[in-house]
Amino acid sequence: MAPILDIKNLYKSYGDVKILKDINVAIEPGDFLVLVGPSGCGKSTLLNCIAGLEPITGGAITIAGQDMTEVSPKDRNIAMVFQSYALYPTMSVAKNITFGMKVRGVDQATQDAKLKEVAAQLQIEPLLNRRPGQLSGGQRQRVAMGRALVRDPALFLFDEPLSNLDAKLRVEMRTEIKKLHQTLGASMVYVTHDQIEAMTLATKIVVMKGGVIQQIGTPAEIYNRPANLFVADFMGSPAMNLIPAKARKNGAGTQIEIARKGGEPLVLVDPTAPDLPADVILGLRPENIAQADVRTGESYQVADCLVDVVEPAGADTYVMSNLGGKPVTARMHAETTAKAGQPLSFAFDLGKVSYFAPEDGRRLN
Amino acid sequence: MTDATLISPRAGTRTTGQKVTRLALRYGLYALLFLFALYYLLPLFVMVSTSLKSLDEIRTGSLVALPREVTFEAWKTAWSGACTGIQCEGLKPYLWNSLLIAIPGVAISTIIGALNGYVFAQWRFRGANLMFALILFGCFIPFQVVLLPMARMLGLMGLAGSIPGLIFVHVVYGLGFTTLFFRNYYVTIPMELVRAAKIDGAGFFRIFWSIFLPISLPIIVVSVIWQFTQIWNDFLFGVSFSEAGTQPVTVALNNIVNSTTGVKAYNVDMAAAILAALPTLLVYVVAGKYFIRGLTAGSVKG
Ligand SMILES: Nc1ncnc2c1ncn2[C@@H]1O[C@H](COP(=O)(O)OP(=O)(O)OP(=O)(O)O)[C@@H](O)[C@H]1O
Ligand SMILES: [Mg+2]
Repeated sequence: MAPILDIKNLYKSYGDVKILKDINVAIEPGDFLVLVGPSGCGKSTLLNCIAGLEPITGGAITIAGQDMTEVSPKDRNIAMVFQSYALYPTMSVAKNITFGMKVRGVDQATQDAKLKEVAAQLQIEPLLNRRPGQLSGGQRQRVAMGRALVRDPALFLFDEPLSNLDAKLRVEMRTEIKKLHQTLGASMVYVTHDQIEAMTLATKIVVMKGGVIQQIGTPAEIYNRPANLFVADFMGSPAMNLIPAKARKNGAGTQIEIARKGGEPLVLVDPTAPDLPADVILGLRPENIAQADVRTGESYQVADCLVDVVEPAGADTYVMSNLGGKPVTARMHAETTAKAGQPLSFAFDLGKVSYFAPEDGRRLN
Repeated sequence: MTDATLISPRAGTRTTGQKVTRLALRYGLYALLFLFALYYLLPLFVMVSTSLKSLDEIRTGSLVALPREVTFEAWKTAWSGACTGIQCEGLKPYLWNSLLIAIPGVAISTIIGALNGYVFAQWRFRGANLMFALILFGCFIPFQVVLLPMARMLGLMGLAGSIPGLIFVHVVYGLGFTTLFFRNYYVTIPMELVRAAKIDGAGFFRIFWSIFLPISLPIIVVSVIWQFTQIWNDFLFGVSFSEAGTQPVTVALNNIVNSTTGVKAYNVDMAAAILAALPTLLVYVVAGKYFIRGLTAGSVKG
C-alpha cells in the first residue's frame, strides 16, 4: 500500500533557529501515528507543517501520493483538532461543526445529514444550539472532534487534544478516540507529551527530542527495545531503571557487575549478551525485576539487595533499592514481603535487558 | 435571625457601632461626590440658563440666577439666524457639514482600522512590528506638524477645501488610533482560531467576517466613540482645510462668537455652543457604558 503520509528530509527553521532536523516518517492508511516528546521539541511545529499552516524550510511532504509543498491547508484533505479546541466563540455548536461545509458550499441537506450523523456519533445532540462558552471542557473537546469528523478527511491531525481535560475524563476520551479510530479505520497523526497516551493509542510511535527523531516503531518496539537512553527514560512509567555497570566477557557469557550499597558488587551473568564495552548502562523495566520466591524462570537471576522504600500502589507495590549509585524500582505484587531497611531477594529478568553506551546513550544490543 | 442573636448577642452590639461609622462614611462620600458633581455641572447650568434668557435679563440679572422669563429666541437664532461672518444662516448648515464629515470619517477609519488590527494581530508578516511602531508613532504627531504637507497633498488630489478632503484628513489621522484599538483587541484571540478556520477552508476576508467581526462589538463602540468625538470636536483641521460652504460646526461656532459686532449676544453664543456639543454628549450617554466595557474587554474564550 502506498503511504498516506510521507515526510522526507523535512527541515523547519524560524529565522536562524532550526526547529526540525531531517524528519523522515511514513504512515500507511489506517495507521495511528503518535508524535511524542518533551515540551518544545517541535511536535506542534511538525503537525503544523503537515497541515500547511507553517511553510517548510526543506524536504517534502506527500499526502495520499500528492506533493503538498504548494498546496494550501484547505486543499490538503486533512482535519485538525487543536489543543485549545479553537471553537468559533460566536457560533453555536451546530454552526461550528458545519462552518467548513458552508465555506465549501456544500448543500444544506448534506450539511444537515452530516451534522446529525456526527452529533449522534459523539453524543452531542443536546448541545447543538449552545455556544462554546456554555460547554464544559469535555464537551468542547467533543465538538472539536465533531468539526474534524464531518470533513471525512484522508488524514486526521490531533494536537494534544486531551491535555486540557482532568485525569478521569482524559482516560475516557482516550478510549473513545481509540474506538473512533477502530470504527473509522482512518489515518491519524496525534501529538502528545503523555507517554501513556502514546502507548495506548498508537500503532506507530515517533519519539522526538530537540527536533530530531529518536526512534520510530510500534509501541512494543519502543517499550521493549528503546533505541537510546533518552527513549528508554522517556517512555514507560515508572521509568526504566538505568543502572551503571561493568561488563566482562567470560566463558559462559558476559558478567555484569553492579555496585551495591554497603556490600559486595552484584554480579549477574547474561549468556546472550553481544560484545559489550567495559562500561555500560544496563536498562531494566521495573516489571522485569521481581521478588525471587514469587517469580523465577530461566532468564531470571537472583540477588539480594537492601530495600530502601516500599510504595504500595493498589494492584502493584513498588519496591525501591539502590544499585550502581542509582535508585532502582521494582514492580512487585501487592502481597510482597518487602520491608524498608531489610534485604530482599530480587529476581532480575535478563531476557528483557537493554544495554546502552554511557558516552552517547546508543543501544548496544 | 433569632438563631444569630442567640448564638452571639455581643457580636450584634458590636456591629451596631460599626454600622454607624460605615453609614457615616458612606453618606460623607455621597455628599462629597454630590459636591463634585455640582461643581462640574455648574458651567452647563449657566450655559443652559443663559441661553434661555433674553439679552435684557442677562444684562440686569445675575449669572447664576434662573431665567425669570424663559425664551427660546436665542436657540432659534443660533439654529438658523446667527451670523458667521457675512452669512446669517445660524449653525444648521454647519451641523450638517459636520455630520457629513464625521459619519463617513468614523465609518471608514473604523473599518480600515479593524482590518489593519486584524492583520497586525493575526497575520504576522515580515516587518510587521516595525510597521506597527510607525503607525503608533503616527498617533503622537502633533496636528500642527502635518498642516502644510496635508494642504499640499489635498491640493494635489484636488480635494482642497472640500468635505471629502476633510474626511480624508480625519481618516488618515484617526487610523493610528483605530488600528491600535483593534490590534490590541485581536491579539488576545488565540492564533489557533485562525488556523482552524484556514483548515475549514475560509480565506482572509471570510475569517474576518465570520469569526472576528462578530466578537468585535465592544471595540467597534470604542473606536466609533473615539473617532466621532475627535472628528466632531476638531477645530484646527476644520479651519485649515475648509472653505466658505464646507466649514464644520466648530469653526462656525467660533465665527458666531467672534464676528458679532456691538453687544455680545451671550444667550445665542451659549445656545450655539450647546448645539455644537450635543451630538458628542448624546454618543456618550447612549454608548458610554460600552466604551468602558470595550476598553477593558479581555480575551475571548473559545
Ligand atoms: N513562531 C515561532 N517563532 C519562533 N520559534 C518558534 C515559533 N513557534 C515555535 N517556536 C519554537 O519552536 C520550538 C518547538 O515548538 P513546538 O510548539 O513545536 O513545541 P511542542 O513540541 O509542540 O511543545 P509542547 O509540548 O509544549 O506543545 C520551541 O522551542 C518554540 O520556542
Ligand atoms: Mg505543542
